[in-house]
Amino acid sequence: MTIVFGVFLLTLMLVTAIAIVRTQNLFVAVMLSGIFSLLLASNFFLLDAADVALTEAAVGAGISTVLYLSALALSAQHEHAPYSSHRLIALAVVSFTTLAVIYATFDQPRVGDPAAPVHQHVAPWYLEMTRDAIDIPNVVTAVLGSFRGYDTLGEVFVVFTAGIGVLFLLDKPGARHSQTQTVGQVRLRHYLIPRLVGRMLIPFILLFGLYVQFHGEYGPGGGFQAGALVAASIILYALLEGETRALRALPRRLLTLLIASGALLYCGVGVAGILLGGNFLDYSVLADDPVKGQQLGIILIEAGVGITVTGVLLSIFHAFAARGRF
Amino acid sequence: MTALQAHLPALQVVVPMLSAPLAMLLREHRLSWTLATAASLCAFAIAIALTLAVFDTGGMRYLMGSWPAPFGIELGVDAMSALLLLVVTGASSLALIAGASSLDREIEVERQPLFYAAWLLALAGLCGILVTADAFNIFVFMEISALASYVLIAGGPDRRALLAVFKYLVMGTIGATFYLIGVGLIYLMTGTLNLDDIVYRIDEVAELKPILIAAGFISVGLALKAAIFPLHVWLPNAYTFAPHVVTVFLAACSTKVALYVLLRFNFVVFKPYLEGHDLKFAIFALPLALLAILVGSAVAMFESNLKRMLAWSSVAQIGYITLGAGLVSVAGLTAGLLHIFNHALAKAALFLALACLAVSVSKLRIENIGGIAKRMPWTMAAFVLAGLSLIGVPGTAGFISKWYLITATFDSGSLGVLLVAVIVVSSLMAVVYIWRVVECAYFREAEEVQSAREAPLMLLLPTWAAVLLNFYFGLFPGVPLELSSSAANLLLGQVP
Repeated sequence: MTIVFGVFLLTLMLVTAIAIVRTQNLFVAVMLSGIFSLLLASNFFLLDAADVALTEAAVGAGISTVLYLSALALSAQHEHAPYSSHRLIALAVVSFTTLAVIYATFDQPRVGDPAAPVHQHVAPWYLEMTRDAIDIPNVVTAVLGSFRGYDTLGEVFVVFTAGIGVLFLLDKPGARHSQTQTVGQVRLRHYLIPRLVGRMLIPFILLFGLYVQFHGEYGPGGGFQAGALVAASIILYALLEGETRALRALPRRLLTLLIASGALLYCGVGVAGILLGGNFLDYSVLADDPVKGQQLGIILIEAGVGITVTGVLLSIFHAFAARGRF
Repeated sequence: MTALQAHLPALQVVVPMLSAPLAMLLREHRLSWTLATAASLCAFAIAIALTLAVFDTGGMRYLMGSWPAPFGIELGVDAMSALLLLVVTGASSLALIAGASSLDREIEVERQPLFYAAWLLALAGLCGILVTADAFNIFVFMEISALASYVLIAGGPDRRALLAVFKYLVMGTIGATFYLIGVGLIYLMTGTLNLDDIVYRIDEVAELKPILIAAGFISVGLALKAAIFPLHVWLPNAYTFAPHVVTVFLAACSTKVALYVLLRFNFVVFKPYLEGHDLKFAIFALPLALLAILVGSAVAMFESNLKRMLAWSSVAQIGYITLGAGLVSVAGLTAGLLHIFNHALAKAALFLALACLAVSVSKLRIENIGGIAKRMPWTMAAFVLAGLSLIGVPGTAGFISKWYLITATFDSGSLGVLLVAVIVVSSLMAVVYIWRVVECAYFREAEEVQSAREAPLMLLLPTWAAVLLNFYFGLFPGVPLELSSSAANLLLGQVP
């Protein structure tokens, strides 16, 4: 049954992807890519990757659609007809790449095969050590937060770099003042029903975000997903009440501080490991009991992740929204 | 001190990384410049310390989070990473010092803290790739360094920088995705991401197809990032429109770091396992290298935008490096790796000299610099001397690596004569394009440059430091030579 459903979802994804490439209307393309992300999220869920599914749904289907739309508000809705000679070459390259990937799958182990190398080598160790050394139910959080915490640190800095990039490019001193009429001001304020429904939703999204943040050790979730959810609730507020009111609640300066402090917190926990006599990102030394230390470390770094992701996503949104039309 | 010694591989990344958010928070641009420069110099000091440790003990390992190797992430510094770390941190420090007086002309003061934060992130990303021993971790840091370098290039005052950077972004993302597909396939078949562990476990994999495809994806993806001909199309414009000191930094480092990963994977992971892989690698690498050398130098001869001219010359120089690697011999690899070091020295000095020129000349085109040598004698002298190193005149660093390259090609039999001919021809082409600039600057009448004045000392000092290093390492090539020859032995799996 799962196979049937999986094939169904994958086919839909393929159709959506082709439609995205084919359409000339950028608004349609943005909506379709939101659908694509949702399908992808369902697919991840089918593969029992609930954490990834949650991230994909929140970031791919939610926030990036909003960002695309804000970018679209600054430019035209239709793309110019592209030159056709390059398209054939592109098609050839894409087909060749696809064939190569398909060729590679001929010898790959069956999905879910317990004898596959990925389930034989490191996975048993992770399962065992999560129980013995960290003692939390969610192994994914243990792997991401501690065993491969250095990768996650890197990912946080990828998000951080993206935030810096958008601020650097869009927040040019001269460009900010034209915000008054276009996106910034009143948007949905005069539409009673969306506004009422939306206002009711905001506290729940916020609460769910905090739940995902603090429940990451027990169930699917963690800082990335939580940060995206919290940012989504505030972006919804900005869409309903106008960007200026959202900025009054969380001013730019504070957002910048959030971006930096989350990254500093994560990196700082790592340095604390060195100062207390362990290696970088060794949480065992943070408390007297190594297991408690691991748990404390994971909670702290997840908080850092959440703070930075929230700050970056909101800053990117505001940076787009503040730009008037050229 | 000894307590910190063990943490050096981690600190190499953490110092610039931790400084980046701080540089962003400092609102005053001088303060964040000071912080960025201090962090970069500190990273340079760490790189020197690591190099000394490599000479002492052959290398260092570090377990992130104290988790044992294939399960946690392991860092590993050996001769090859030490060589590249010296290049990256050194170029970053020189460029930042030069940036103090050069960047104010190109980037608004209010935006500079963000710019320095991006610079530190690029540095941290490149260092992160070099010290790690984990295939996925390489990807993470590749993303950081790539995103940050897009930001740096987009900082250029010319609006065409945005278009150039968009092209680079699309190409770079495709490269990174290809790399990730390859790593995914390897993980699928071996169940591990640790490079040493992959080498160990890949022998037990019975099915060839996924690994073969992985080798293809990883090589093509990294070749895109390393601007190996014909995947170099993003490079000339990206270098041309970037702020001048950013060009110094990126030209010296970013493509080389991608080359480093490319060589690591091909020689350490794939070559021992896939039968005939070295031959296939040579069949792809050698013709592309020759084309890169010839086409890059030829285009440079006819280019009148000075920065783009040097960028095309970089395409040719990457060709020299792949040529050395394509010989698949200890001598060839030594020459290629040595050229990474020496070319970085020569190009950094040349681009620094251009940054000095840009103080008085708004458009860096060859027709705009007629007679400028009278007005800016120190700048042009630096350009000439660095140019000599690029050409490969005896006594300069460029000569050493070309000499080793020629010796290595002679070992490769009858094909060698052709290769040597190409190297000689392209060196002559380098004479031509450097001479065009010299002729224009020294022997033409000064027209538009009457008001030109010599560049400030803060720019001239790093420029001349780079020039003198070209001569120092031309006369005493001991350190880079020893590092590259032991790195070549490591790559080919021979104990020196």
